[in-house]
Amino acid sequence: MSTPLLQVDDLKKHFPIRGGLFGTVTGQVHAVDGISFSIAKGETLSLVGESGCGKSTVGRAVLQLFPITAGQVVLDGQRIDTLSASSMRPLRQRMQVVFQDPFSSLNPRMRVRDILAEPIRNFGIAKDAADLEARLARLMDTVRLPRDAINRWPHEFSGGQRQRIGIARALAAEPDLIVCDEAVSALDVSVKAQIVNLLQDLQKELGLAMLFISHDLAIVEHMTHRVAVMYLGKIVEVAGKRSLFSAPMHPYTEALLSAVPVPIPGQARTRKILTGDVPSPINPPKGCRFHTRCPYAFDRCRVDEPELRPTGEGHIAACHLHDLPRAQNPLLNAVAA
Amino acid sequence: MSGEPLLSVEQLQTHFRTPDGVNRAVDGVSFHVYAGETLAIVGESGCGKSVTAMSILRLIPEPPGKIAGKINFLGRDLLTLSDREMRKIRGNEISMIFQEPMTSLNPVLTVGRQIGETLRLHQGLSSAAAEQKAIEMLTLVGIPSPETRVKDYPHQLSGGMRQRVMIAIALACNPKLLIADEPTTALDVTIQAQILDLMRDLKHRVGAAIVLITHDLGVVAEVAERVVVMYAGRKVEEARVADLFANPRHPYTQGLLGAVPKLGSSLTGETTRLSEIPGLVPSLKNKIQGCVFAGRCFMATEVCHTIAPALELKAEGHAAACHYAPVEAVAA
Repeated sequence: MSTPLLQVDDLKKHFPIRGGLFGTVTGQVHAVDGISFSIAKGETLSLVGESGCGKSTVGRAVLQLFPITAGQVVLDGQRIDTLSASSMRPLRQRMQVVFQDPFSSLNPRMRVRDILAEPIRNFGIAKDAADLEARLARLMDTVRLPRDAINRWPHEFSGGQRQRIGIARALAAEPDLIVCDEAVSALDVSVKAQIVNLLQDLQKELGLAMLFISHDLAIVEHMTHRVAVMYLGKIVEVAGKRSLFSAPMHPYTEALLSAVPVPIPGQARTRKILTGDVPSPINPPKGCRFHTRCPYAFDRCRVDEPELRPTGEGHIAACHLHDLPRAQNPLLNAVAA
Repeated sequence: MSGEPLLSVEQLQTHFRTPDGVNRAVDGVSFHVYAGETLAIVGESGCGKSVTAMSILRLIPEPPGKIAGKINFLGRDLLTLSDREMRKIRGNEISMIFQEPMTSLNPVLTVGRQIGETLRLHQGLSSAAAEQKAIEMLTLVGIPSPETRVKDYPHQLSGGMRQRVMIAIALACNPKLLIADEPTTALDVTIQAQILDLMRDLKHRVGAAIVLITHDLGVVAEVAERVVVMYAGRKVEEARVADLFANPRHPYTQGLLGAVPKLGSSLTGETTRLSEIPGLVPSLKNKIQGCVFAGRCFMATEVCHTIAPALELKAEGHAAACHYAPVEAVAA
């Protein structure tokens, strides 16, 4: 296999909690606690999980929007987490981001033209003024916005159109990787479908790699090649989408899938409802982080933290159940049933 | 279904006066709810579903809002009641669950006080008795160690627990009708599953009718019995939930259903493109000629742009407002 476009090894990001009179550090939020993954050129990897699991922090760490606590981020063979701000700058052209909220992620005082031209100017992509104009026009075409809308202000557009502008801005730098941080979550159903289709088309046309961060499993299944499931700062399972959605190998993934309401009325489903809430990432539980809510937890889960290990072709999961004999593993038996 | 409906809304119009014209947020919507039934109102943001819910409880500030039409609840028209009479109904016979459990609880009162408030007001319970009942309610909605939780403030609870508290407040006085406005939208899926399960379970035990406002078709399929689809302030379709999903008759509903990816799509090889509804929701500040959906409809013709289609029965218990919706013979 060739070198992946993005390689993340044992990434950790802890945020200090300050308190008291002198602002002393009183604890750490273990937002991301040792995760590894890679994205090949032209591939979509989705990061799914519930709020507070650290998926957005991973996206920001990959983009080097803050220093990471430990681990390394390698872009196309070059380690980027140790670079200085100035040597990082040219590399930022290769990684762009689309944010969740199309209302707050565009500068209200800049016309669409300036929003899109900024990355092109910053990275010196355009040869001359005519080239810049041509690029801007092409960008508008790419995201299916009318060319004459380029002189308007962000407030003149609807949510879906603004998200198109956000995507055009990300594409302006001609990146290899786009991080979509809940890029379609804030949109209405019919508009969401438009943007999902657009992202899929763009990926095919431009051969982009995508880190698609989302909590919406149905959208993820629709969009992605591979999926990584996060829980409380850890990746608990990574697999190709078929394999993950047909035979989840971690109890959390299983519960997550069964919790999604399916738009088919009267479909009888045996739902696995998790009890309780996600524990605090300030003091994550010992052993397996999921044991407090896991329906299958046994003694070993409370003391021993499971590692990600292969459970099948291109499928890894972190769960002690896979050490049990086949017949006693509820995950495998659920699949057979 | 027969007998008198618990709630019947007739030609509800809620308009807002704004500096640049009248916003017709809800424009002539009628529906009814029978006792013990769950009715879902679906639509995208700005279609008027929340305004409809707020109008039933008369929570719309007037002015700038203006509510017209009839809202019959147990033989009384809520729109003709005095504020004093209305207060006796809110939180007592009709109660509401709001979307944001973070902002709809009072941060400076304990959850016990907030659950007890409706009981003291409507049932005249003493503080001690109200707290006792509050503990019972917290047990009912599945909050662990309710005796200590009753003294907690909202910030000490997680999002899912706060929504449980909201439900406890809403159910404290045994309402006949519960209006739930996007009750699970702000929650994570695993917590959403807990709350939906709780609502279903409580409905059987308490027997209240539910009007569920949501944009999530998955939630509709799981909990509702009948569905009203709203678009741009109008009701465009109404049907029993199975009929609506199996056989949507309005092009907007068809588009909406096609725009949602279904979980399990990769297994059946159905990873085709999502169907898009082109264009945007029309502005409600301009008077719309003809069908509200005509501008985005793939089968709109001349007549759609000039004559607004009436909401007609297209099959038994299945109404749609479309000139071209297929009609089945309705059994006389």
